[in-house]
Amino acid sequence: MRVVAALSGGVDSAVAAARLIDAGHDVVGVHLALAREAAVGGPGSRGCCSIEDSRDARRVADVLGIPYFVWDMSERFMEDVIDDFVAEYAAGRTPNPCVRCNERIKFAAVLERAQALGFDAVGTGHYARIETGARGAELHRSVDPEKDQSYVLAVINADQLAGALFPLGDSHKDEVRAEAKERGLLVADKPDSHDICFIPTGDTAAFLRKRLGPAEADIVDAESGEVLGHTDVAYALTIGQRRGLDLRRPALDGQPRYVVDVDLSTARVQVGPRSALAVTELVGDHVRWCGPVEDGEVHGHVQVRAHGEPVPATAVVRGDDVEVLMSEPIFGVAAGQTLVMYSGTRAVLSATIKLTAHD
Amino acid sequence: MVEESRESIAASLDVRPSEVIFTSGGTEADNLAIKGIFWARQSLDSNLNRVLASAIEHHAVLDPVEWLERHEGADVKWLDVDAWGRVDLAVVRQALATPGVALCSVMWANNEVGTIQDVATIAGLCADAGVPFHTDAVQAFGQIPLDLNLPGLAAVSLSGHKIGGPMGVGALIARRDLQMTPLAHGGGQEREVRSGTLDVPAIAGFAEAVRLGVIEREKHAAALETLRNSLIARVTELVPGATLSGDPTDRLPNNAHFTFAGCEGDALLMLLDAAGIHVSTGSACTSGVPEPSHVLLAMGVSEATARGSLRFSLGRTSTQSDIDRLAEVLPAVVERAGRAGVLSLARSTGS
Repeated sequence: MRVVAALSGGVDSAVAAARLIDAGHDVVGVHLALAREAAVGGPGSRGCCSIEDSRDARRVADVLGIPYFVWDMSERFMEDVIDDFVAEYAAGRTPNPCVRCNERIKFAAVLERAQALGFDAVGTGHYARIETGARGAELHRSVDPEKDQSYVLAVINADQLAGALFPLGDSHKDEVRAEAKERGLLVADKPDSHDICFIPTGDTAAFLRKRLGPAEADIVDAESGEVLGHTDVAYALTIGQRRGLDLRRPALDGQPRYVVDVDLSTARVQVGPRSALAVTELVGDHVRWCGPVEDGEVHGHVQVRAHGEPVPATAVVRGDDVEVLMSEPIFGVAAGQTLVMYSGTRAVLSATIKLTAHD
Repeated sequence: MVEESRESIAASLDVRPSEVIFTSGGTEADNLAIKGIFWARQSLDSNLNRVLASAIEHHAVLDPVEWLERHEGADVKWLDVDAWGRVDLAVVRQALATPGVALCSVMWANNEVGTIQDVATIAGLCADAGVPFHTDAVQAFGQIPLDLNLPGLAAVSLSGHKIGGPMGVGALIARRDLQMTPLAHGGGQEREVRSGTLDVPAIAGFAEAVRLGVIEREKHAAALETLRNSLIARVTELVPGATLSGDPTDRLPNNAHFTFAGCEGDALLMLLDAAGIHVSTGSACTSGVPEPSHVLLAMGVSEATARGSLRFSLGRTSTQSDIDRLAEVLPAVVERAGRAGVLSLARSTGS
């Protein structure tokens, strides 16, 4: 196959590209330029398409002996990921930009472009497996539970899955690093990226304040209604958040307090004990089957954040909505988060959470 | 060896040896001219703070001029160009008529679209106005005849590797009476305006490249021009959406630059690369993010059209069969890139 290997400049995409070459594919390396102005960060800065990353990606392509190109996806990334991220927060929801990037950029804009240019697939360094079942391609968890990225990939549909290759799904991260070293790839010991790539400082509240301006709100006790603090970036507070609230008085019982509700229209943020965060029912919209469509109920586990614990659950799809009932509560779920239903290791569907409830 | 090289270069270019200031290349020569002249003029008269430069300069001129604007209080007037990329002489006259002009810089020929400027007239206008005139001749040297003794020409930037010499060496040819403030201070090896130990082997190679470049220029230029005309004719004939950029006749003999309507340059680049044809989309910035060319935008080309541009550069090893090979693959490449271009610009329709 003719394959575009997306090279981020990191160790995972480098080894993925090397394995695609070994598998006999005709591989071209493509670095996605996602930011208009390349970040020139200090040491440890992990901004998207920093100069360091693009240079590392180029060196990887050199060492592997494949052609290297930069694709400017910055406009699409700005609109579909960054603007969307800001708009979601402004609307009181908590988005996952990596999910959005996979959905709209990597396995949409990039894949479409690659196919239009005569390529068959896009290969990335994601930790997930694609297995071909009786009814076509299925998305499965990586064998490395620490690195598993099936959650952020579960927004891609069957067609997109058919054009995707994840050569690292059967490996553990330490094996990938060792292999990079063996292959002479200098990115072998480059640190992992963790933060949101377009917020290299990790300070999401500051980023949002810059884009959205101040949003004053009182932080009140959910039960007594007593004002306990104040915030000037109410939209940046997320249900389940504990840190950074700067509350003036500790709770009487000495237990930590969490954000349990953010109401931007009345400028009130409520805090309460962890027990107030328990959720046993989720309603999501924007349902995506990432592989074969199932009839009726899906029994398995639901996961609501990238490295969250999967919880036993049953999902019922009704039109564009999905209702998920859990047999045990999960804590701190905000609208806008992605829910992914798993059946065993298989990611069956995803949806965007719009309502939560506790029975 | 350095002095012999200096004398050899001076003889080839018909200038005096003391007018040859060796640098690390074209970029340093441009920086020395732009900042060095600006600062020297400022120390002469602090009212001299206007900088005139064409809107289509190479980044080696563009960026120091912008830097002077941002950090040194320079009042910059970008000189407009016409649809072929020629600097408007009426604009130059007008700009020179205003007081306080520290210097004027207009490249001899453009590196992207190949258009050759009327340097003789612009230098003359500057001479009349008493303004030092600098020209970046990095692209023009070795391609077209250069008269470095034109009245009003104060400084000329040259680079070694563009004429087949070593990389990392170049020169600023500066009139003996031109005052410049050094960029870097130290031993003052080069006329007290350029310090640093000289790269002697590179300079020797540079001198030989200059010598051969001048002797052989006419012969090579004629051959390149024939090939280039063939390339332009074939591309125009085979690809209906292709438009030649720049002056159709008064252009560098090794340059053909086109815009391809509805295509993205990097898609064309990728597909041609796969067919073994190496071209350029213009000039790439450090991270390799393709920006629409400031040269094309200054020529009035729309941003969308500017994104679909390609520069074909010919060299001494180019042959007619290279042109034939290009003609063979280009129509299909443009057709395919057109499809990808539309897709890539299309907005996603998800909720």
